[in-house]
Amino acid sequence: MTIETTPVGVLILIVLMTLVTLITRFGGVFAMSFVKISPRVESFINAMASSVLIAIIVPMAVAGDAGALAALVATAITMLAIRKPLPAISVGLVAAALVRYLG
Amino acid sequence: MSAHTYSYQFQPHKVRAEFFRLLPISLFVVAFGAAFGLAATQSGLSPFQSILMSFTVFAGASQFGALDLWGTEVSVIPMMVVVFAINARHLLMGASLYPMLKDVSPARRYGLLLFLTDANWAVSAQDYQNGRRNLEVILGGGVVLWLAWVLGTAFGAYFSGLLQNPKAFGLDMVLGCFLLSMVLGGKATPRVVVVWLVAGVTSLAAWKWLPANMHVVVGALAGGAVGLFWLEPRVAGNSEQEGAGHDH
Repeated sequence: MTIETTPVGVLILIVLMTLVTLITRFGGVFAMSFVKISPRVESFINAMASSVLIAIIVPMAVAGDAGALAALVATAITMLAIRKPLPAISVGLVAAALVRYLG
Repeated sequence: MSAHTYSYQFQPHKVRAEFFRLLPISLFVVAFGAAFGLAATQSGLSPFQSILMSFTVFAGASQFGALDLWGTEVSVIPMMVVVFAINARHLLMGASLYPMLKDVSPARRYGLLLFLTDANWAVSAQDYQNGRRNLEVILGGGVVLWLAWVLGTAFGAYFSGLLQNPKAFGLDMVLGCFLLSMVLGGKATPRVVVVWLVAGVTSLAAWKWLPANMHVVVGALAGGAVGLFWLEPRVAGNSEQEGAGHDH
């Protein structure tokens, strides 16, 4: 099934995207309302939470260009050194920009 | 526990503080939004349609993903599958907030989830790991991120010449660097390091060998499975979380 990108068609597509995204925003919490929170479940949840971050970042570093890798390495070093997120992110972006400009 | 008393004390003044806490990162999000607005108009959407999409969908990676399928016609099922797969991480992110969200009324619970996105979730999840209950950042941080995303889209859609190549400024790495700084801001116990290793290795394997866009969910569930069998020691802050919410 396809939808033509006429004004009405685009509107329908945007509504569909919104609904699918809404399901993802609500679905996890809705499902959890049927689960009793034991220490084991809580431990699973907390481990999963930090895993989400890792699972976004690691493939990003591997799949990306040298600039992407430079950004992540520079952010990590700055963050570990001064433990302030904003300077760490800024240094990361500058590193990406520099590597891409020189490369 | 009675179903009708909700113990989470939602503090309006903290919502404001969290709005300003995420304001700096939102400036970067404006630039990222401009990149989307530009890409959207180049794919044939009108500026109004681009802005409407950012306004109602509010999930950048999936919006870029949908643009890849855009043409004079769009196949509906593949488009919905791509959007669902890229946004499936929301399912896990929402679930991870459930220990806090169960303590607010259902109306407020699902209202807050309308604003759930990576950056404000990462702050809330990290605060929770450190023994602080912070749902206010979901609303306050969510509003500023959402405004930035919509504003940025409008800039990009109307003034397309402004930011032709956001990658040259490293702007595609804003979210990655932000999330990484959140990870490194936490405490790395041996258990956490094992969880990270499992999540990292499985997400990479999924990215390499499974269909596209599944790596986040696969890695997150694998890391979570470690927690299922290796319970975390009870943290003092977590057992006194009712009081810990007030330590600002």
